[in-house]
Amino acid sequence: MASVALTNLDPASRAAARGWSDLTIRNMFIIPTLVFLIVFNIFPLIYSLGYSFTNFAANRSEPWQFVGLQNYRELLTDDHIWSNFVITAKYVIVSVAGQMIVGFGLALLLNRSFPMKGLITTLLLLPMMMSAAVVGLFWQLLYSPSWGPINYVFGLGDFAWLSNPDSALYAVAITDIWMWSPFVMLLSLAGLSAVPQHLYEAAAIDRASWWYTFTRITLPLVSPILLIALIFRTMEAFKTFDIAYTMTTQPTAELIAIRLYKQAFQQWDTGKSCALAYIVLIMVLAITNLYVKYLNKVKER
Amino acid sequence: MAAVRTSSEVALNRIAIVAVLVATLIFLAPIYWIASTAFKPKELAVSVPPTVLFEPEVTPFIRLFTKRVQMQKTVDPQVYEAAPWWEKRIYDGGERVLKVGKDVQLSQYPDRFMNSLIVAIVSTVLAVGMGTFTAYGFSRFKIAGEADLLFFILSTRMLPPVVVAIPMFLMYRMVGLNDSHIGLIILYIAFNLSFSVWLMKGFMDEIPKEYEEAALVDGYTRMQAFFRIVLPEAATGIAATAVFCFITAWNEYAFALIMTNRRAQTAPPFIPSQIGSGLPDWTTIAAGTFLFLLPVAIFTFLLRNHLLRGVTFGAIRK
Repeated sequence: MASVALTNLDPASRAAARGWSDLTIRNMFIIPTLVFLIVFNIFPLIYSLGYSFTNFAANRSEPWQFVGLQNYRELLTDDHIWSNFVITAKYVIVSVAGQMIVGFGLALLLNRSFPMKGLITTLLLLPMMMSAAVVGLFWQLLYSPSWGPINYVFGLGDFAWLSNPDSALYAVAITDIWMWSPFVMLLSLAGLSAVPQHLYEAAAIDRASWWYTFTRITLPLVSPILLIALIFRTMEAFKTFDIAYTMTTQPTAELIAIRLYKQAFQQWDTGKSCALAYIVLIMVLAITNLYVKYLNKVKER
Repeated sequence: MAAVRTSSEVALNRIAIVAVLVATLIFLAPIYWIASTAFKPKELAVSVPPTVLFEPEVTPFIRLFTKRVQMQKTVDPQVYEAAPWWEKRIYDGGERVLKVGKDVQLSQYPDRFMNSLIVAIVSTVLAVGMGTFTAYGFSRFKIAGEADLLFFILSTRMLPPVVVAIPMFLMYRMVGLNDSHIGLIILYIAFNLSFSVWLMKGFMDEIPKEYEEAALVDGYTRMQAFFRIVLPEAATGIAATAVFCFITAWNEYAFALIMTNRRAQTAPPFIPSQIGSGLPDWTTIAAGTFLFLLPVAIFTFLLRNHLLRGVTFGAIRK
C-alpha cells in the first residue's frame, strides 16, 4: 500500500487522464443492459399488473372495467385452478425426485476411471440440450399404444400412456426425467470429483463400510451442489409448459402454465390471466431467491 | 486410488461400468428412434413389432422439403421414367410433387428452419455482445448494490415465458410486432441477456486484472485495454456463451408459439403443428426433427467442457 502512495502508480487514475473515465465506461457498459431488461421485462409486468385488476379481454373491443381484487378473489376460490396447482405439485415431486435419484445414481456410477468416459458422459448429456417441445412430440410415438417401442419392450400391450387420465401426467414426468437427469448427473459429478481423495483412503484404512463412507463422507460433501440441482429443477418443473403441452391434452396433466396459456390465449380472459400470471410469478420469484442464495454459497467455497 | 484394491472392489468396478453402458443405451434409445425413423420406409415407422434394423432411405427428407398430393390413379409410365430419382420416390409412395410450371413447390419446412436460424443468430450476437460489456463492468468496477443488480438480472431469466408473453403480446399487437422476426429477436435477447451477463462475468473474473493494469501503465486507455487485451483473453468464454444462447433461442417454444403463426414462425412450434389429424406421417416428422436436432447435438460436443458452467450460470466451474 505504501509504495502506491509513494510512486502514485494507481493505474485507474492514470488511465482516467486519457480517454474516457472509468465511471463513464462503467455506465456505458452496464446501463444499456439494465434499461433493456427494464423495458422488455419489468415494464410489461407492470403493464400486466394493471390489467390484473380489470375485466379486459384482448379479443373484444368493448371497454374494460376496473374490478379491483375480484380476479384474485375468484382465482383463489376456483377449484379448477387449485386442481391445476395440485397437478403441478404432483408433477414437480415425481419428476424432480426421479431426476435426483437417476441423476445422482448415474454420477456415482460414472465417478471412476474407465475407457471413453468423456464420450459417454457427453452422450448422456445430449437429452437436456434438446428442444423439449420437439422431443416431447416424438415421445408420442415412443408411447404409442399401437406401435410404440416402449409398450413392445415392456410387454404392456395397448396401454395408452398419454390418453389414459391416470397415467398421462406420469408419462410426461418420465420423459422429463429422461431429459433432465443428465443435468443432476452433471452437477453431481462436479460435486463428487471435488471430494478429497484422501478422505476415502482414510476411510479404507479404517475399514469403514461402503454405506458409512457414503453417508458420512460423500453425501455431506456433495449435498450443497445437490441442493442447487434440486432447487433449480424444482423451479423449472414448476414452470413446465413445452413438454406437457406437446405430449398430451389430458385435463389430468394440465399444469399451471398450460392453464395460464389457455386462459390467456384460447379463452382470451386477459384480465384474469394477468392475475393468475402474478400468482405464479410470485411463487417463481420466491424459489429464484432461494436458488441465488445457495448458488452464491457454493460459489464462495 | 493408490490404496490396495481387493478383488471385490475390482468386481464392483466392472459391474458399475456395465451399468453405465446399459444406462447410456437406454438414454440414447429415444434419440436413436428419432434418427432411425427419419430414414425408414413409411410402413416400417409404425410396424409391429417395432423395426430396429432396416435398409435406410432418404425419402422422408424428400417428403419433408416438397409439397405433395395423393394421386387418384397410378402414374403414367412415361412420366415416371422421365422423372428425376427423387421424384420417383414420391411417385412410389402414391403421391406426386406439386409444381408451378416446372418449379417444384417447397414445403414450409425450409422457411421455418430459416426463421429459426435468423432469430437464433441475430438474438445471440446481440445478447452476447451486450452481455460481454456488462459482465466486464460488473467484474472490474465498483457498483453500488452490485449483488442486488445481479440478482435482478438473473431473476429476469427465471420469469415463466407465458407470464411475460401475455403483456408482450398485447404491446406487440399495438405496435405491429406480432409475427415478426424483430419481435421474437427482442424477446430472445431479453431472455438470453441475463444468462450471458452471468456466464461472461465468470469468464471475466478469471482474467487477471494485472493484464489490463500493465496495459494501462504502458499508455493504453481503458477502452483500448478492453478491446486489445481483455476481449482476446475472453474469446473462449464468448464462444461458449454464444453457443449456449444459440441453443436456448433455437429450442425456445412458448414465446414462438404465442408470438408467431406464419411469417416469422420458427421450427419448434411448426414441427408439432404438422401432426394434424388422422394418422401422422412419422417418418417426415422424424426427418424434420432430425435436421432440427443435429446442430444442437454437434454443439453439445463442442461445448462439452463448458456445460457445467453453462447450466449453473457460471457459478460452478469445475
